[in-house]
Amino acid sequence: MLNNIAALTNGGVAAIGDYESIQTYTLSTATASVTFSSIPATYKHLQIRYIVRSTQASTETGINARLNSDTGSNYAYHYLFGDGASVAAGAGATQTSLNLVNVTGASATASAFAAGVLDILDYANTSKYKTLRLLQGWDGNGSGRINLSSGLWMSASANNAIEFYPSSGNWAQYSSFALYGIN
Amino acid sequence: MAKTYEPIATQTLGSATTTVTFSSIPSTYTDLVMVIAGSTSSGDGYLQFNGDTSSFYSSTRLYGNGSNAYSDRISSFGVTIGGFTNAVSIINIFNYANTTTYKTSIARINNPAGYVDATVNLWRKTPEAITQIVASAASNWASGCIFTLYGIKAA
Repeated sequence: MLNNIAALTNGGVAAIGDYESIQTYTLSTATASVTFSSIPATYKHLQIRYIVRSTQASTETGINARLNSDTGSNYAYHYLFGDGASVAAGAGATQTSLNLVNVTGASATASAFAAGVLDILDYANTSKYKTLRLLQGWDGNGSGRINLSSGLWMSASANNAIEFYPSSGNWAQYSSFALYGIN
Repeated sequence: MAKTYEPIATQTLGSATTTVTFSSIPSTYTDLVMVIAGSTSSGDGYLQFNGDTSSFYSSTRLYGNGSNAYSDRISSFGVTIGGFTNAVSIINIFNYANTTTYKTSIARINNPAGYVDATVNLWRKTPEAITQIVASAASNWASGCIFTLYGIKAA
């Protein structure tokens, strides 16, 4: 039962034996963006787990994602977050990327990284748009943000690539993105 | 491609107890996931890493109690994982074995008796690999609580 609970919460309706590592990037130097390409269509769902920090000189910065290098206005999202003092929600429609709200910036507590788990459901299906969900947060010992998001890529193409880039600056050294497939 | 989501250890409580310890955690995974199902006598549960009982833990929390949504911030002696009454909590501990960054974890607490909660936690001790996790309760973990630790290994 616990196996199923963990799999449901972290990625989809799958047993643990059906969860496979596809590719990982761990940055040795600051890098503008990270892209997973040529993602095989052989899984049911995808999950990306990451720790990130931007080089932008602020406590936090936005994280954006694009699928299949699509720069058209084909993205929509909703988010709900708490910043330690208040709760807020927002949304975007006909956007040119998915805004996954904020992660740690260079002015945040040193050595602190944001973390996230992003699921792309039924990513290889060619008859419907793609829905994403995200659990993400960062804490800086007196600052921070915890965020729940949903996203929509308005394309019926199979998702074979995904790019992550910060709103400003680069991904800092030691940022890491790991892509998994779930059957 | 290697299958990579594996159970490391499970403990099921035969009687009420204050702490549950997972020791000698191998460093061979990328992330850890702790799943806790059950109840406490009262109060919150929390996690401590490598025996660190200092105040190097901080959290930012978002929760709803059925009437309102709230967010608050906690500076504590452990990773806050909320209250338990027939609850299930899933705690993701990211890049737990690296020795270059502080450790970030995200907990999702599903407590049907009271609230739904998402919390991000930071452990600010000088970066070191996590080799031990102690799950503590402000009161006791109830008999029947199940604690399972999983490892996720990236390529």
